[in-house]
Amino acid sequence: MFDYAEAAVEAALAAGARYADARVMDRRHEAMGARNGEVEELTQEASVGMGVRALIGSGWGFFSTSDLTTASARRAGAQAAAIASASASVSGPALELTPVEARQDTWANDVREDPLSVPLAEKGDLLSNVTRTMKEHGADVALAGYDAWDTTKWFASSEGHRIGQHIVECGAQMNATVNGERETQRRSYPGIRGQYGTRGWELVRELDLPGNAARIAEEARQLLSAPECPSRDVTDLIIGSEQMALQIHESVGHAVELDRILGWEAAFAGTSWLDLGRIGSLRFGSDLMNVTADATLPGALGSFGYDDEGTPAHPVDIVRDGIWVGVLSGRDSAALAGLRSSGGAVRADGYNRLPMVRMTNVGLLPGTSSLEEMIAATDDGILMDTNRSWSIDDKRLNFQFGCEIGWEIKNGKRGRMIKNPTYTGIGPRFWGSLDMLGNESEWTFWGTPNCGKGQPGQIGHTGHPSVPCRFRGVRVGVRG
Amino acid sequence: MSDQLLDICERVLARAGTNVEAEVTITVGTDALTRFATSFIHQNVADAARRTHLRVALDGRVAESVGNQTDGDGIERLVRSAIEAAALRPIDPGWPGLAAPTSAPSVEHWDDATAQAEPAERAERIGAFVRAAGGLETAGFCSTAGETVAFGNTLGQRLVGRTTSAILDGIARTTTSDGSGHAASVRLADLDGDAVGSEATRRARESAEAGDLEPGRYEVLLSPSCVVNMLGFLAMHGFNARAVEEGRSFARIGEAQFDPSISLADDVAHPMAVGIPFDAEGTPKRRVELVKQGITSGLIHDRRTAKALGAESTGNAVSGAGPWGALPANLVMEGGSVSPEDLVGGVELGLLVTDFWYTRILDPRTQVVTGLTRNGVWLVEDGRIVRPVTNLRFTQSFLEALGPGNVRGVGSDLTLVGGATFGVGAHVAPSLHLASWNFTGGAKG
Ligand SMILES: [Zn+2]
Repeated sequence: MFDYAEAAVEAALAAGARYADARVMDRRHEAMGARNGEVEELTQEASVGMGVRALIGSGWGFFSTSDLTTASARRAGAQAAAIASASASVSGPALELTPVEARQDTWANDVREDPLSVPLAEKGDLLSNVTRTMKEHGADVALAGYDAWDTTKWFASSEGHRIGQHIVECGAQMNATVNGERETQRRSYPGIRGQYGTRGWELVRELDLPGNAARIAEEARQLLSAPECPSRDVTDLIIGSEQMALQIHESVGHAVELDRILGWEAAFAGTSWLDLGRIGSLRFGSDLMNVTADATLPGALGSFGYDDEGTPAHPVDIVRDGIWVGVLSGRDSAALAGLRSSGGAVRADGYNRLPMVRMTNVGLLPGTSSLEEMIAATDDGILMDTNRSWSIDDKRLNFQFGCEIGWEIKNGKRGRMIKNPTYTGIGPRFWGSLDMLGNESEWTFWGTPNCGKGQPGQIGHTGHPSVPCRFRGVRVGVRG
Repeated sequence: MSDQLLDICERVLARAGTNVEAEVTITVGTDALTRFATSFIHQNVADAARRTHLRVALDGRVAESVGNQTDGDGIERLVRSAIEAAALRPIDPGWPGLAAPTSAPSVEHWDDATAQAEPAERAERIGAFVRAAGGLETAGFCSTAGETVAFGNTLGQRLVGRTTSAILDGIARTTTSDGSGHAASVRLADLDGDAVGSEATRRARESAEAGDLEPGRYEVLLSPSCVVNMLGFLAMHGFNARAVEEGRSFARIGEAQFDPSISLADDVAHPMAVGIPFDAEGTPKRRVELVKQGITSGLIHDRRTAKALGAESTGNAVSGAGPWGALPANLVMEGGSVSPEDLVGGVELGLLVTDFWYTRILDPRTQVVTGLTRNGVWLVEDGRIVRPVTNLRFTQSFLEALGPGNVRGVGSDLTLVGGATFGVGAHVAPSLHLASWNFTGGAKG
């Protein structure tokens, strides 16, 4: 496979490229879904192909093909160069790439139980059983599913990289929906997007879906008769770690993507409220806030050995003691921004997509409080968890998030369950009100397998280490 | 091309054998997309794509398999994995069986020049867009795509269709505002970089130095891009028969759930449409009336929901849509007779909105959606645009907004909008003047 990658790189150089790289990728994906006690969907997908990047002047070109022969690889390299030439006709500032050592290496994540080797019948039984349990406990629609990916990549560049990687990922989710007179309520486990990691089937076993199916169905039904989340302009808000993962992803992760900050996503995903001139001095949140982007965390969904430009995985400080100090970057964006080296955060969704800046594992470092301590320390507030809806503006500043479930907190105790809880805020003001942070025993590496970005669209797998947090003076209960 | 693809279909079906029901879809083509930002081309890609999708049923045990290799080994792996998976599955009581042989309408939204477009042709239009902005910063993309789709099943259904599409979409930016321009067509030749760039530039300049506006209920004048955004939610959570079957949908056939000025259909044969005239199950598409003068009059079906609800498939099965059900790919909302300029004249106190952004549904049944405005919003008083306003967040039931008595005007500016809300298809809609829209906050909170 390296031979095809190298043939493509050579052809791109012969066609005038000053830099080229190629990535052969062989990926298998298996997904199963069950509904109301029956396995309803089973898809197995295999894709093999190669993507080639070429740089001419300051113009990039990318071409991909599923045809793996030496002749086709050479054609793909030449095509990438031809596209790069067209890019150069509407060109921007001179572009360099930050230096990176040209490694020859291999990497694979730890897997105890290969998810694609677990018998389909066993996986099907798990999903049909939990959906049956949810149905029996009051769900009108009970869904459960898993996904597993097995990816092998061979990367070669004109600078001499030759890196092989084998990455296995899997995870699962389930949810129970109940229909009321004029509304629907849903409970999901372990979160709206499930839980995923760079691990084997042991991850799914540890989730214990069977042990939680009855509870979430019953909670969904209880929500129908629960009171609405009160509308308050200012309240103390405790957010569970699953919703915090979404909060981090949307209001920190996307905001610190260097391509957004540079305006490369301006027309589509948007830009960022962050101004590069203020990196190192801008206050993003309270002193308790420490965020890193760390692709080396074992088992987290955003982990790898090397990114898709051959930069080795390494931890990057994003927010330190509340001050914004770092970004997610690649070799070209880092060079344009005047950074010394790439943050190693460039990945592609499949052989036929251009590598771009993606979150690795962007998450909070833990603090010292337990969730119970946060509740005990709150006189009058709201606790919310499990994301239900999300919306955020194109600068990643103004957000409104909804959760599946909430509880009133009165005099340090968890009170009535409430439905349709929502909260809204402005990034730095909201993060500035963070005053209690969950401890290491609450630290969960949430994995999100569906972060959309780019044109053509790419789906990214990102990790979000997260803990429950308390915020002061938050607006809750926004209604239509 | 079509003979080659049908030949691959035959080989896959032959390998699947006579003991199974099988359907195979093969898609080949080239997708190319050139992106620009800060006024230069920063990403430029092309993919010679090929996808083979096989679904088999062994005595009602169903499984799917997807691959991108069509040599002997690739076909062998594709068929074997589907059949092995099916054998392990329980019998699916909702399995509707395969589509019987029927011909599809002779609709072909195709243009050779677009299918073969060179990167330089996309770059040319982007160059024109950038020049039209007269020094304002610009960003966006120009895409061209051509795909040929072949379908075969073991009942003898054989279909081939092809479609091209081209989109030019971008923004121009002042230091305080963005403005957008959009164009989509079957033909790249229809896309005028200068015109689209000029529109974006005008919107950017005219929305510069915007002031805040107190949130609240206002009339709105929504562009076709906003209207198409709304249609995505109405389709996915409303007209989708799966949502009806599960009790999640608002749709009640025969009831006047919309204003009488609203008529909506799914219609691949519409002259402005792009796409092929059959679906992932080999069911030919036909015109499906969803709303007739305000009255909900039809649903979108695949074979599964058709069987469950005693209806016929409308040809809207989507490959890999799984539990989501069927989706329309060619919604067309009927246009009116009023120009967008004259629509402004009818607004007493309202907002003219260019685009929606990041719309997310809060409750499928009531169609309450939250989102933000983008790329230009203006306050209109007594029929005149008086000033630009900063972006606003809204939390609004789309159903209520289009409800009886709530539509004050339908524009004559029927427009094909590329890039549908849920990524399926491309829809056609006019501008709409609506009586009330609930803006719940400013972009600053
Ligand atoms: Zn995301």
